[in-house]
Amino acid sequence: MNKKFGIKEVVAVGIGTAIFVALTAVQIPLFLIPNTYLQPRMAILAFFAAAFGPIVGGVIGVLGHALGDAIFYGSVWWSWVIPEAVVGAAIGFFAKQYAVKEGNFISTTNVLIFNGVQTAANAIAWIGIAPALDILIYAEPTNKVFIQGAFAFIGNIIIIAILGTILISAYSKISGKSSGLKLED
Amino acid sequence: MAKVLSYEKQDTFIHELSGLTKLIVFLLWCFTSALTYDTRVLAAMLVIGAVIYYISGTKWEQVSKVFYAIMFFMIINMLGIFILAPFEGCKIYGTRTDLFTIFGNYIVTKEQLFYELNVTMKYFTVIPGAFIFLTTTDPSELAASLNGIGVPYTLAYSVEIALRYIPDVQDDFHKIKNAQEARGIEMSKKGNLISRITNTAVIIFPLLFSSMERIDIVSNAMELRGFGKKKKRSWYSRKKLTVRDYVVLFSAVILSAAALILTYHDGNRFYNPFV
Repeated sequence: MNKKFGIKEVVAVGIGTAIFVALTAVQIPLFLIPNTYLQPRMAILAFFAAAFGPIVGGVIGVLGHALGDAIFYGSVWWSWVIPEAVVGAAIGFFAKQYAVKEGNFISTTNVLIFNGVQTAANAIAWIGIAPALDILIYAEPTNKVFIQGAFAFIGNIIIIAILGTILISAYSKISGKSSGLKLED
Repeated sequence: MAKVLSYEKQDTFIHELSGLTKLIVFLLWCFTSALTYDTRVLAAMLVIGAVIYYISGTKWEQVSKVFYAIMFFMIINMLGIFILAPFEGCKIYGTRTDLFTIFGNYIVTKEQLFYELNVTMKYFTVIPGAFIFLTTTDPSELAASLNGIGVPYTLAYSVEIALRYIPDVQDDFHKIKNAQEARGIEMSKKGNLISRITNTAVIIFPLLFSSMERIDIVSNAMELRGFGKKKKRSWYSRKKLTVRDYVVLFSAVILSAAALILTYHDGNRFYNPFV
């Protein structure tokens, strides 16, 4: 687990947040469920969390969601900002296991671990924390917030499972290789 | 890409306040708005918000798009609450006054209408905060203010970098999108889900990898200049607190304390006109 917050992490949080915010406007509607979108920015969050660890992931979650809300909608809904941080931090917490920078994210086990972690993290965040905060802050009806949370959960695991996995494994392939030389027969 | 909110240099009372003051007031505002459900407090916050909005000299054109988007979201939200929990208001206020029946179990009650009015007001109270903060605070002052409320300066610097690079990333995104479209990749609403995800990936790939290079370049440059070597850092753009900053801070603290006392003095965060 990467605990230090050095220069590289400072910049990674900054640039990661910038991409996350810029992609706020990029959404893919899910046809099956009305008013639910796949958010490619979640894949970016997962990517930075897996590559740089829990602190970078968590901070991009908070900053990205809060800034994105503020810049695009002029207000911040804290009950959905905090779960975002939980997703980032939780995925980043197991960053060592995925071995992204060592170039081992190509192996099926690592991909499965990553997707197991992201599913659990999204479940805690969107079916647990987000509805709880919505009830606590906004006193919204229980069934409404849980349905909302479940949609967010489904959308996020789909986009991270597809786009997130593709992005991380591509990066892992590039960064892990120390040389492209092969032994000829 | 959607037009986003941004800082606009002007000469008003709000603009001249220190970023630190505005940040603290903004956080207090969010905190109060999250805790209260008292109709009187919410109404007062809406009025104060409108006054601050007026003083800040924000133009309607800057706001209108965002405002309509939130309106749309609110209408869906209100309908959603009614469809899923038509008697939530009765549960909260403990009484039931039927007005008329739509069909079956969907009966409009006074309590439900009042509850949904409160939800709407509560959502609207959070709007002016972030909004005015963003349009009146110079981004380079934001990092200084964050550091001022105790956020480590490394983290404050991350925020600064993020704000600096959001427009660049948006530009890159557009360039890459245009280039990929020129190569014949379909970006419109046609195509199935998987192909739309992979088409988005085709844009995000180059964007992400050029950004990873950018991270290296920027962090090398910062390392060369000795960033992070000292415990403290001074800020060129930090504004000194003046008398009016203290006045604003003091009144903000008093007002939010008053709001919370008014809300919780009877042990319930809801204002109940039905008993």
